[in-house]
Amino acid sequence: MIPQDFLYPEFEVVRNPVKCINCRICERECANEVHRYDAHTKSMVSDDAQCVNCHRCVALCPTHALKIVQSDHTFRENANWSGQTIKEVYKQAGSGGVLLSSMGNPKDLPVYWDKILLNASQVTNPSIDPLREPMETKTFLGKKNIVIERDAQGRLVNNLPPQLELSTPLVFSAMSYGSISYNAHASLARAAKTLGIFYNTGEGGLHEDFYPYGTNTIVQVASGRFGVHKDYLEAGAAIEIKMGQGAKPGIGGHLPGAKIVGDISKTRMIPMGTDAISPAPHHDIYSIEDLRQLVFSLKEATDYRKPIIVKIAAVHNAAAIASGIARSGADIIAIDGFRGGTGAAPTRIRDNVGIPIELALASVDQRLREEGIRNNVSLLVAGSIRSSADVVKAIALGADACYLGTATALALGCHLCRSCQTGRCNWGIATQRPDLVKRLNPDVGYQRLVNLITAWTHEIKEIMGGMGINSIEALRGNRLMLRGIDLNEKELSILGIKYAGE
Amino acid sequence: MKINAQNLHYKTLNDQIKASNAKRIEVDNCIGQRYIGDGLAKKEILIHGTPGNGLGAYLNGAVITVDGNVQDAVGDTMNDGAIYVHGSSGDATGYAMRGGKIFIRDNAGYRAGIHMKAYMEKLPVLVIGGQAGSFLGEYQAGGLIIVLGLGSEKQTPVGYFCGTGMHGGQMFLRCNALPHDLPAQVSARAANSADMERIRPYIAEYAQAFGRDENAILAHPFFVLEPNTQNPYKQMYVEN
Amino acid sequence: MQREGQVRIPAGCAISGIFSKSGERIAGDTIIQSIANMHDRSNGLGGGFAGYGIYPEYKELYAFHIFYDSDAAKDACEAFLEHHFDVVNLSKIPHRKVKAITDEPLIWRYFVTPLPSKLSSSQLEEREFTARCVIRINTQIDGAYVFSSGKNMGVFKAVGFPEDVGAFYRLDEYAGYCWTAHGRYPTNTPGWWGGAHPFALLDFSIVHNGEISSYDANRRYIEMFGYACTLQTDTEVITYIFDYLVRKQGLTLREAASVVAAPFWDTIAKKDTQMREQLTYLRNAFASLLVTGPFSILLGFEGGMMALNDRLKLRSMVIGEKDDRVYAASEESAIRIIEPNLDKVWSPEGGQPVIVTLDRGLEK
Repeated sequence: MIPQDFLYPEFEVVRNPVKCINCRICERECANEVHRYDAHTKSMVSDDAQCVNCHRCVALCPTHALKIVQSDHTFRENANWSGQTIKEVYKQAGSGGVLLSSMGNPKDLPVYWDKILLNASQVTNPSIDPLREPMETKTFLGKKNIVIERDAQGRLVNNLPPQLELSTPLVFSAMSYGSISYNAHASLARAAKTLGIFYNTGEGGLHEDFYPYGTNTIVQVASGRFGVHKDYLEAGAAIEIKMGQGAKPGIGGHLPGAKIVGDISKTRMIPMGTDAISPAPHHDIYSIEDLRQLVFSLKEATDYRKPIIVKIAAVHNAAAIASGIARSGADIIAIDGFRGGTGAAPTRIRDNVGIPIELALASVDQRLREEGIRNNVSLLVAGSIRSSADVVKAIALGADACYLGTATALALGCHLCRSCQTGRCNWGIATQRPDLVKRLNPDVGYQRLVNLITAWTHEIKEIMGGMGINSIEALRGNRLMLRGIDLNEKELSILGIKYAGE
Repeated sequence: MKINAQNLHYKTLNDQIKASNAKRIEVDNCIGQRYIGDGLAKKEILIHGTPGNGLGAYLNGAVITVDGNVQDAVGDTMNDGAIYVHGSSGDATGYAMRGGKIFIRDNAGYRAGIHMKAYMEKLPVLVIGGQAGSFLGEYQAGGLIIVLGLGSEKQTPVGYFCGTGMHGGQMFLRCNALPHDLPAQVSARAANSADMERIRPYIAEYAQAFGRDENAILAHPFFVLEPNTQNPYKQMYVEN
Repeated sequence: MQREGQVRIPAGCAISGIFSKSGERIAGDTIIQSIANMHDRSNGLGGGFAGYGIYPEYKELYAFHIFYDSDAAKDACEAFLEHHFDVVNLSKIPHRKVKAITDEPLIWRYFVTPLPSKLSSSQLEEREFTARCVIRINTQIDGAYVFSSGKNMGVFKAVGFPEDVGAFYRLDEYAGYCWTAHGRYPTNTPGWWGGAHPFALLDFSIVHNGEISSYDANRRYIEMFGYACTLQTDTEVITYIFDYLVRKQGLTLREAASVVAAPFWDTIAKKDTQMREQLTYLRNAFASLLVTGPFSILLGFEGGMMALNDRLKLRSMVIGEKDDRVYAASEESAIRIIEPNLDKVWSPEGGQPVIVTLDRGLEK
């Protein structure tokens, strides 16, 4: 290595020599090979340069002898050229490569959820106690633009197109088998079924073991069409056409051949070792009328029994695009904000392309209402929803339900070290290495997902109760329940909310 | 069983095809009805006229014959079965097909065979009798694309950017000169006798289906295009 | 100070209604007596009445009651009316001086019918045409506000206690088969008469007690269908919801009630198959029209009246029956004061509509 390429490690492993018993668990647990036993000194040593700060060793150290700290090693202070930026230049100058990152945009850009405050009832109408009174979160996703019809006896005809019924307005986002492990998928599928919600296969096909969870599965059709065949389309409760992803709008996907092994190859229906490349666009969709064609070809292939979701990244003209999609025959539009996670995305794309989901959602919902077509579609929003409060705010802005990706991964044990692209996930989530995959026990993963959704649902009910609302549909689009803080006039007007105190 | 498609909406037509118990269905006066045969497994469909886009998408074993031209996205994500087109096809023919066979008697539009892939016993085959438009076999990940150049006056019966992003499968071009803009990841060579044995059955099937002379087709030299690596994009990234 | 429409003002209230199943005409002072009994439920910042069957001589014509802030507004509005309607009769609405009622606007009444040429070129059904004209006046002509627009019915409202409002409008001189009344308790009001209740569109009128928590979800949804919630009041949005569900979508009142005050999913699950499917369908299809939070309403319409409580029954509502008459009010005393000897008195369950019509009498 030439000196210019040397980068001082970002993290330092701090080992308390008094507590360390040389048990070497940290060494076994670290797929990045940070820890090593030095027989000469009879002690554990660390290669800090390999550490991604995933806390696996910290969590498993039996004597709590380890912690990871951010290095205080710095470049000369520079408000323009941050240390990170400087290091990225070095990396690219050394390799000629495109910077590759994972998980959502970590930049210090406004999080609008945190600038929106919720309402509660005082005096003029009552708050409701969710522990004792009915509080409903059941949500149906699908088209509702019906005109009342009656049969010869005058009875109402159920002319609603197919709907997805959710016990609570939360859905596990698309994460493909390949980008995450078998055990992660097993946890998601089982939890979705128990909870009465849905998980999403992502674009990696559906493993045969998970067909029994089909009633709680959304199968995805992405530009690479991996694993897409008649049985797959039939297996799910809904089909999602992935047009874009918040973490990387406008670009495709690329699962390196090294990860196309065993069942991944089988599920994607491509040979082992071959790169799985999802083109940037669907090459049968170059225009909105082509999207309509794909929507209806999927409906024809599945006899109009399944709602079709079209997922787009939140980009500048999301409102106009959504309006086009709402007229394309799609039943549900999923919008993924620029903080959405990913298993791998070019850093520059992840950090600079797209817009916040809060603004995209507000403008899409408003636009669809202005055009009188809001009930042509349901809106699923993603990227990123971090808590039940975010969910409540999203629904009050106009969402029907939220996709949870990063939060789901966290529940499974992810420590957001943002190194998924390496395939060495020590928590057994974003990896295919059998020794790592087995660290995620699907029984535990399943239970933690059930816990998370149960807890959030309880909190949603608590917040709704405070507002005097006892059904989620009365919260949907109810922007009077929201007030802004630390926002300018333009932001308030896009969000369609008033300032706190108004 | 015969269905007169005149004035039928595609949904009505397709519902009739799906509901029918007949093994063989003949569709007359077809004019732009979309999605015919989508996902169909068993039947044989003969179409007179011009079917609409998305013919035979997700096809799963059925056999479709069209007595004329077809439009865009024929055999999209096809899994099994066969489509015979007695004429030419529009754009994105055989997009992402994983299995089955498509025979186009004459020409194919842009982006034919894009993202074709093979898996286990599944080997998709796309035979184009005339010439193909640009981006033939873009992102090809598996399977076989054969272009015969019959009736083509071009030196090479393909358009620009042939094989862009190709990382699997093979393309056979019947011509005397290679495309001048083949990407670095694609290597080309003259077909040898083993190669010719490999495609002979498909040439025979083409000749039989459309009444052409198999030997005359085979007598002409072919080029084979293949990716020189399965992982052409490996070096593009640096972890950050 | 901002008025209704510029700001949302919460309000509590009293409501009362009387209905004659045989269509016998009841004098307006009866309903004044009833609502006056609940004086303490309002605070003098709004009162009003709706009477049905009060204009038999003009029953084929739409009766527009309009507030004007100025002569200029009146001129602009009358020009609009002349352009779209045949105005058969116009006059000031008669009123007497009442000490407690002040700051009255110009109050005019017009009996109109759409101009056939305008109607046919609009390609709209007559009621839709009329409704759109009303919405246009209220949103586009500054200082003009149509507060009543049905046939053979009329709304009378003002800022003040309801008994004073009734006296002001000389309601003792009107008689109708149905009356509803409202006494308002807003948390604040600039004293704009248009903000008082009932709220009405065509023959639908609503008096309402409570403050709904689903307001903006309902408003943003209903505004997709050509309505403009200019007042930002619960009563207004509920009126539009019923107009949409009943007049535009063709639901029965009972079906519409099962949308607005939809049963809980647990309750729906226990119904027989046909009912379960119907309730699920309606609740899902019109999810954004579910009204939550406390409300009790009296919906007046041509030939009938419906009483409905929210599904948790967070507001009071009493129904009384005596021979030909059906009464509904926030408090039993408001009924007893006009009919001490009731045959029956009972409280409907939350979400259960009580409908009384000239054709079919009382349905529970």
